[in-house]
Amino acid sequence: MEPRSRSFYILAAFFAVFIAFLYGPTVVIGVLSFQGAGGGLTFPMRGVSLHWFHELFEQQAVGDIWASFRRSFLLGLLVMVATVVISVMGGLAFRNRFVGSTVLFYVVIVSLIIPSILVSLGVGLIWSRAGLDVHWSTSGLGAQLTWTLPFGLLIMLAVFNRFDPSYEEAARDQGASSWQTIRHVVLPIIAPSLIGVALFGFTLSYDEFARTLLTSGSQNTLPLEIFGMTTNVTTPVLYALGTLTTGFSFLVIGLFLFVVWLVDDKRRKSGSDAGKGMA
Amino acid sequence: MQRTANKLSADLSGWLLSAPIALVLAVFLLAPIAMIVIVSFWGATEYSIYPDFQFENYEFLLGSSVTYRVFLNTFKYAAATWAITLVVGFIVAYFLAFHVRSLKWQVALFLLCTIPFWTSNIIRMISWIPFLGRNGLANSLLLSTGVVDEPVEWLLFSDFSVILAFVHLYTLFMIVPIFNTMIRIDKSLIEAAVDAGASGLQTVWHVVIPLAKPGIMIGTIFVVTLVMGDFITVRFMSGSQSANMGRMIQNDIGLLQYPSASATAVILLVTVLLVIGILLRFVDIRSEL
Repeated sequence: MEPRSRSFYILAAFFAVFIAFLYGPTVVIGVLSFQGAGGGLTFPMRGVSLHWFHELFEQQAVGDIWASFRRSFLLGLLVMVATVVISVMGGLAFRNRFVGSTVLFYVVIVSLIIPSILVSLGVGLIWSRAGLDVHWSTSGLGAQLTWTLPFGLLIMLAVFNRFDPSYEEAARDQGASSWQTIRHVVLPIIAPSLIGVALFGFTLSYDEFARTLLTSGSQNTLPLEIFGMTTNVTTPVLYALGTLTTGFSFLVIGLFLFVVWLVDDKRRKSGSDAGKGMA
Repeated sequence: MQRTANKLSADLSGWLLSAPIALVLAVFLLAPIAMIVIVSFWGATEYSIYPDFQFENYEFLLGSSVTYRVFLNTFKYAAATWAITLVVGFIVAYFLAFHVRSLKWQVALFLLCTIPFWTSNIIRMISWIPFLGRNGLANSLLLSTGVVDEPVEWLLFSDFSVILAFVHLYTLFMIVPIFNTMIRIDKSLIEAAVDAGASGLQTVWHVVIPLAKPGIMIGTIFVVTLVMGDFITVRFMSGSQSANMGRMIQNDIGLLQYPSASATAVILLVTVLLVIGILLRFVDIRSEL
């Protein structure tokens, strides 16, 4: 290998600064959430304590954030399952051209780039004119899917673009039905990507704000609750909550990455020929 | 006959498999857009809205100088954020694609860049307060090094903090597509350029940038639409002192002026679609996946 050039070190320094910029603020509020009981929103730290985390558990101080956390968690799971199932079906559909496939593709792109407040406003208007009550598990769920499905479908399209159809032909030659081919050949090969889609589905829903704003009704999801707090909570309890939710997000991301790694590792060790052609 | 039957069965399976996504998008995307267009012609009293067909909402909107200022502001944020995220995103993607040599490190550093995408935007905005506030870290640093004598006021709740937050939130949307096109560039092309006597910058300018253009375009589409459609970052980071189209819509919603909000929303949507339409002429998204 050639020695590292000077530009490598310059670029590496730039990258390091960028990472510091990306994570710096999060680290700072992580530190400040351990602010002493008399401390404020900025440095200096007046002692170190768990005071603000304790505050979080007192309902009157911050409202009912635990109920909104449970709601967001459940909604995230619902969106995750729906996103995975619907995206895989859509990905399979888009492997062949069908009448309307180009139009549908552009609708998916519109769903991705449309200003979120339009989804919120439009769904809210329809629900109110129809005399229905907006609720996070109905209108909220649908509004969030308009954000997660484009990501899920685009990932599936990328996966199937690289998918070698000869595995399926082999399965069909052996007499497998189309469902058997999908169940025993296609799904095992694309499994790691499905975990990726699930990660997108859960986390994008869990953190979604704009599309849920007018579609979740009187019961807030966690991001809505947190945003409400920014206008009336001026103590580090906000940071404590931020630290907890970010920690939770990291946990979820770590868990998904771990599962991907586990699946990959198991494949290598067991010498399964999935994704490698016929052994 | 056989061929038309096959074609029909291919269509049928395509329709069945894509029915769920089509249904969700019809109910929660297309119908809401149609509803907004309809309501934008309705009338409103202080407390309620009523079906009508009048152009008053548009007339009021397009006749007010406030609208044009807000419009301009929206473009200003989009342009500034686009320029900065493009430069930063390109450099980061270039470093990852061409200077990090082992796949393991590439994956690890790439993940490091993308993880914040899966965490809460609102928390990430809040986390700038201790940095930028009057008594924040940036001001203490500037004061203690003697760069300024008094705390700088424009760090938080200003255009500066709005754009900073946008860059913080959305640079990732540049990095991912640009990196994606860069790793597919044949390394021998770079070697050929170097062998032909091109300097590092010449190689980047004449070889890497033209080949990375599709990624740059996709990143541009993401960043421009996210910034133009935003309302929450502008509201939070400007301390409600600055406005863009999204904020205007949100204000009207707060006042229950849904027809007026809808008219603004229609104009915003048309603007965004026009911008995207122009950008899409330069890139074929499906071939980039």
